[in-house]
Order: sequence, then structure tokens, then C-alpha cells
Amino acid sequence: MTLFCGLELAHPVINGSGTFDAIAAGRCFGGALVADFPFAAFVSKTITLGPRQGNRPPRLWETPAGMINSIGLPNRGLAGYVESDLPVLGRLGVPLITNVMGSTSAEFAELIEALSDRPEIAGFELNVSCPNVRTGLDIGADPGELQLLVKNVRPLTAKPLIVKLTPNCADVAAAAAAVEAAGADAVSLINTLRAMAVGPGGGAWLGERFGGLSGPAIRAVALAQVAAVAQRVGIAIVGMGGVSRGRDAADLLDAGATLVGVGTENFRDPAAGSRVAGELDRILSQIAG
Amino acid sequence: MSWSGASGERTPAPFGRRRGDVLAAGRVGAYVVLAIGDPRGESNPPQPGQFYMLAAVDRWGAGEGERPFLPRALSVMRARDGVLQFLLEDVGPGTRRLCELGPGEQVWLTGPLGAGFRPTTRTPVLVGGGVGLAPLAILSDELCASGTSGDPPATLLGFRDADHADGGALLRDAELATDDGSVGHHGRVTDLLEPLWDEEIELYSCGPPAMLEAVRRLAADHDVPAQLALESPMACGYGACYGCVVATRDGYQRVCVDGPVFDAGILESVG
Repeated sequence: MTLFCGLELAHPVINGSGTFDAIAAGRCFGGALVADFPFAAFVSKTITLGPRQGNRPPRLWETPAGMINSIGLPNRGLAGYVESDLPVLGRLGVPLITNVMGSTSAEFAELIEALSDRPEIAGFELNVSCPNVRTGLDIGADPGELQLLVKNVRPLTAKPLIVKLTPNCADVAAAAAAVEAAGADAVSLINTLRAMAVGPGGGAWLGERFGGLSGPAIRAVALAQVAAVAQRVGIAIVGMGGVSRGRDAADLLDAGATLVGVGTENFRDPAAGSRVAGELDRILSQIAG
Repeated sequence: MSWSGASGERTPAPFGRRRGDVLAAGRVGAYVVLAIGDPRGESNPPQPGQFYMLAAVDRWGAGEGERPFLPRALSVMRARDGVLQFLLEDVGPGTRRLCELGPGEQVWLTGPLGAGFRPTTRTPVLVGGGVGLAPLAILSDELCASGTSGDPPATLLGFRDADHADGGALLRDAELATDDGSVGHHGRVTDLLEPLWDEEIELYSCGPPAMLEAVRRLAADHDVPAQLALESPMACGYGACYGCVVATRDGYQRVCVDGPVFDAGILESVG
């Protein structure tokens, strides 16, 4: 059993937000999905106040040992999430962490306030990889902005509050320290690295030009950033980035993470979460033994 | 209404990926037909139009350009007694590796996935282009099995040249067209629809985007319903990545879970 911010989890492996759609997976795999649910807690895709269609295609590009995505956070919006998604996600049998994003601090606050009392939700993750409407910079890249945001949101819920940090900043440890000072319970990292692909005929391939790189290609970066954050803060860390085997998860735990997120590997193997958890368990028992 | 022995257009997949044995790999003109022993093939038989995510167990990645990395989505061409057949054309690092597979090797298999073709009371006409003939082959088998006459449906297939047109032999009694005129009608496969527009038909189609777009527009012009099996690059095949969306009159929909078969009437355009 793993204890994370007061939540009792069966093992330390969860999913990265936006890398597993439990509702769509239920349509594809039927009842077997819930019976063998691969994660110890489920992190929803990012929910915004209003519905979003997401970015225009193409949205994907395969890279050496990874991929670039430019999805654009499609979701039903707050009302649709509460009405359609929550009743299903509340029955997965594992704690539900809802990931939210606003374009202003007030929008984040509105989302948390609306969802905080929902019994289906065990905790929140803030997606701060969004541009500040005033400065154009990612909120997550500016420790001062981040601290203000978390200070504003923290009083609105007693449930665990995780901040998903962006790797696209000068000093990720400074960002982690800022959210710790503002009262966050945990940080999760790394989100995708800003990336671009040139199509076969030249020019940007992705519909929105830039996207985020994920997969084994970023594993070493994740390890370095998790280690740097662990040296700086005392709050819990969800480590992720290119985890595809138990060995990768063990390395992130070794670097200071409490939980490990599986992301892109879910695309290659829908049951990757259980497989990684099993492999990790064997590695940890060997160390203990 | 359903295909013989089926409930609806979607058979659920066993959760997770599984190993399948490569039983045979044979060349048919420009294509390779890959036969895979699916340990869950008999308990989870695919519906026409459904697909699988495939990756070689060994040497997937670390090839030229360090790719492939993601599994590849392939429509099932035939399924019988737990053996799945797929039609491959070497068009990139993923299909190249799959084309090299031989007996003794294994693939990772996830599926059957997606929503396939839906039967209707109208007379079916199958329209395929290139490697897109694959889902029409299993559909043709199903229509033969469920029809009273046992005769194959009207089948029109278009190819680039004679080498590719060899693939036409994979379906019974197909009428062929080639771009270079080397086999069958010299021109577009959609030309072959001309004598059929006044009949009570339903089109079932799969092929390159330009062909599907032509089918969509012609079907709309003639007020004939059409079901189009779309292809899109996708990372996962089960609705997780949101990478494979297509624009519909109801907004973006995922080819993998909302399709791959769509009613032509809801699509804005193809390609």
C-alpha cells in the first residue's frame, strides 16, 4: 500500500493526465477494464470552464522513442464533466483526481469551488501549462504567478492539491518551492517538452505548429527534474516522463518521487499501468529482500 | 439488424495487448498478407470494419530514424478460427517492419477496436481503393454468409497499377479500375458507380482520402447513403490520445472509438 497526501493507494502507479480516457476505454474493453483497472488512482483529462473542441489536426507526430502531441485539451467543460463524466469516473474503484485548467486565477478558483464538495473526487491537479492572458507566458513558468495562483485556490478545498509543473521553464525547483510555500500538497512532473515537427513536404506538421514531446525520449530529463525538485521541497512528488517499465518507475522513486505516472506507454499498451506496477513491485521486493 | 452471429457493429476487445504468433506472410502483388494466430480470436471475433493495433514484439524501434515507436492501426481483412489476416503495404517504418515479419515471430495485438460497418436493408455496393480493400474483404465474406443467395456483393476496386491490382483477387468477383489503365477500367473506381446510382444501394467504402472524398460527394449528389471507413494516424486506438480526430457536423470525433466507419452524411469532408 502507498500513502499519498492522505490517500491510501494499492500501489504507486497512476496515469498522467490526458493519457488514458477511462470512459472511451470502457466502450472498447467493456467490463474487463474496471475489473483490471491499471492505475492506483485515476487522473482525469484537463477540465476547463467551457467546453473545448481541441486543436485542428494533424495532432500527432512520431519521433525517435516518443511522440509529439498537439491535442489542445478537448473536454466537455465543467457542466458536461459533472453531468456526464463524474458518474462514470466515480465508479472506477480507485480514487479520482480531477485535473483542471483556467486561463486566469479566477477561473481556476471557479473550477475548484464548483467541484470541491463532489464525493466522487478525491483530489485535484492544477494544469498550469497555460499562457497567462496578460503576459503570454505560461503561468507555470513564473514562480511568482504560480504562488499567487495556488494561494488563491488553496483555501477553496481541503482535498489534496497537486500542481502539475511545466518543464518548459528556467528553474523547475523554484516553481516547486513556490507552490509548496503557497500550500500545495504535491507536485507532479514532468509535463511534455515543447516541441515541433517538420512534415515530409516541409513546414510545420502539427495543425497548431507546436506540441509537446513525450515518451522514452524525455525519460532522462524527467529524472533530472524530479531529482532537482526533491532536493528543494518536502512535499510529495508524482514523477513521470517516459516511464515504460518497472525499472523506469524505480528510478523515479529513487530520485525522490512518491508516485509514478505512466503516460505515453498507455498508448502502446492499454494495461501498461498494471504491468509497470507489477515490475516495480518485483524490483522493490528484491531490494528489500 | 446485425451481421451473422454478431451483436451490433462493435465486438469489445480483451483488455490490454496480447501476443499473437505470425503464422504466415505471403506476397500478393504490391501487398503482403499477414496471418496472425490470435489467442482471443474465437472469443472476440471482429466485426467488418473493426481494426487492431499491431506492433512487432522484437525490433520495434531502433530501426532507421529510431522508429517505429507507436503501434500501427490496421483493419482486419479476414478472421476465421482464431486466425486474423491483415493487408500491408510498405509505406513507412511501421508497415515496413510489419511487412518483414515471418513465421516464428510475434506481434503485440490490441483489439478488435472501433465501430465497424452497419448492415442495412439496401443493396450493398463495396467501393475500395488500394490497401483499403482490407475491411471490404471481411465485409464481403459476411454479406455472402448472411445473404440468401451466397453471391458476393457488387464490388468495385481501384488501384494505381497492375502490381497493386493483383490485390483485387482477394475479393470475389471484383470489378477493377487502374490509374494507368493496365488492368480493368482506365480511370477512377468511382466511374464504375455510374450505372448503379438509380438503384436502392448503400455504399461501403474504404480507400485513400481523395477516393473517399469523391465517394462522399457523389453519394451526396445522388442522395445515396454511404458508410466510409476512415484512416488516421493514431497513437493508441482506444480513445486515449485524441490524436485521430476528424471534423464532423457534430464537431471533432475520434476515428478510433467513434469510427473508423462513419456515415458519409456527418462528415464535412475527407482528407
